[in-house]
Amino acid sequence: MKKLLVLGAGTAGTMVVNKLSHVLDRDEWKITIVDQNETHYYQPGFLFIPFGIYGKNDVIKPKRDFIPPGVEMIVSEIEMIEPEHNRVRIAKDNRYLNYDFLVIATGTHPRPEETPGLTEHEWRKSIHDFYTIEGTTILARHLRHWPGGRMVVNIMETPFKCPVAPLEFVFLADWYFHTQGIRDRVDLTLVTPLPGAFTKPRAARLLGNILEEKNIAVIPEFFVERVDPDQKLLVSYDEQEVPYDLLVTVPVNMGAEVIERSGLGDELNHVPVDKHTFLSTQFDNIFALGDAANLPTSKAGSVAHFAVEVFTENFLRYIDGLEMIHAFDGHANCYIESGFGKGILIDFNYDVEPLPGKYPLPGIGPFSLLQESELNHWGKMMFRWMYWNILLKGKEMPITAQMSMAGKWT
Amino acid sequence: MPVREIAGKTVEFDGEGFMVNPDDWTPEIAEELAKEEGIDQLTDLHWKVIEFCRSDFQTRGEPPTLRRITKAGGVPTKELFALFPKGPAKKVARIAGLGKPQGCV
Ligand SMILES: Cc1cc2nc3c(=O)[nH]c(=O)nc-3n(C[C@H](O)[C@H](O)[C@H](O)COP(=O)(O)OP(=O)(O)OC[C@H]3O[C@@H](n4cnc5c(N)ncnc54)[C@H](O)[C@@H]3O)c2cc1C
Repeated sequence: MKKLLVLGAGTAGTMVVNKLSHVLDRDEWKITIVDQNETHYYQPGFLFIPFGIYGKNDVIKPKRDFIPPGVEMIVSEIEMIEPEHNRVRIAKDNRYLNYDFLVIATGTHPRPEETPGLTEHEWRKSIHDFYTIEGTTILARHLRHWPGGRMVVNIMETPFKCPVAPLEFVFLADWYFHTQGIRDRVDLTLVTPLPGAFTKPRAARLLGNILEEKNIAVIPEFFVERVDPDQKLLVSYDEQEVPYDLLVTVPVNMGAEVIERSGLGDELNHVPVDKHTFLSTQFDNIFALGDAANLPTSKAGSVAHFAVEVFTENFLRYIDGLEMIHAFDGHANCYIESGFGKGILIDFNYDVEPLPGKYPLPGIGPFSLLQESELNHWGKMMFRWMYWNILLKGKEMPITAQMSMAGKWT
Repeated sequence: MPVREIAGKTVEFDGEGFMVNPDDWTPEIAEELAKEEGIDQLTDLHWKVIEFCRSDFQTRGEPPTLRRITKAGGVPTKELFALFPKGPAKKVARIAGLGKPQGCV
């Protein structure tokens, strides 16, 4: 029996075992997946919790419900990857798991302790995050009784997962404070190390305009060195200061510690891979998928989905000794919630920036690209149903893995 | 600014002022580009960072991030901001004749 071992049963790992368990011969292959957690979190839902749109129960389901029959699931912390011995040590019973092929899908995670001052006595009092289930539920409680003041949303370092989430957060905050009747008492500011609202020019322009219309200030190219929790200040490396009453931070994001311990990561513990095939640059039987990989595209569930499609096709060739002919193009497709029941959709890849147009059917849509619409908002809300029922289970989606230029206006 | 004369050479630049071909680079070009970035004199410490970035680019094929210059190049982030004010990773990549760092997408 050949052994395929998948590390991490999040978005990417779960999709991979669902895809491959259908196409790999059960008499020849044993598939095992390991995760430290019994619960699957729908992370895109974390955005909506602070504003009372979703509750905790809307974003959790048991991981086992999504692991197909015939795939072994082990709940345990992964302690060490030993590529020279083709094996992985897990905490449970100090076991070693051998593999012929390894897929690393351990994701990327917020590390607030990387920034001095962040996780001291003001953590989860005047300093909050929405990238974890604890953080986002505590923030929801805090916002319900917040009287207003200076709210600063900041990004500590790039890359971080779901690069549009902080923007969506300020858009929704603007809407939320309006409905609470206190928008005039709230000063909203987004502080980012990026040169503007987004990296790609046309999307940055559109999003910049919407921020301005909503009276949300942006402080770009601000690299935070530390937070002063007593004076309530963000302090940059070049000694500029931004004061806040309430800080909502997107902490430094880093890959799993086991990647660092095993010597498989870059400075942020992301695994260097070929950007078209996801094959490790160090070992020819290791792949990294999803947020765990150091790809130069967005760290997002939609990217993981397209990546897994390409990977599956390639893997079937690779195990037969054939060349991997399918090349991932960095395709990303993100709904951006813009508040007041509207949303924006962007579709892009390694080479093509987000452009206006219609999606997925050229000229028809129903979704509008790079433009605000109510339907785009519904697309975002429907995404949760799609995530649990189609995406995770590895079923076919009516969209292609490769980005298409059809329907885009250049 | 596609092609222009700089430090006695004809060099191709991209729309954002980054050199297209890192092999065209010379230390004299670096001095000119530094002036354009408001750095009148490149000190030994500047050169240490520039040389690290160039050699890192040789082995990895992309300009290093701020975190990488700090961790692998051994220059504290705070010092990098003093040497190359505002956005050190971007600034040093430009002066070292490398492309624009990928940043975040
Ligand atoms: C607030 C927020 C909003 C978002 N919004 C969107 C959106 O609108 N659209 C979109 O496409 N994406 C969005 N994302 C991003 C999306 O959730 C992630 O990109 C996606 O989940 C990545 O999947 P993954 O499998 O790579 O990582 P994950 O889903 O994070 O899974 C990693 C798994 O590895 C496990 N693991 C890690 N280390 C170990 C270890 N040592 N031992 C055992 N197990 C381990 C973890 O328990 C986890 O289950 C959002 C994310 C956040 C935080």
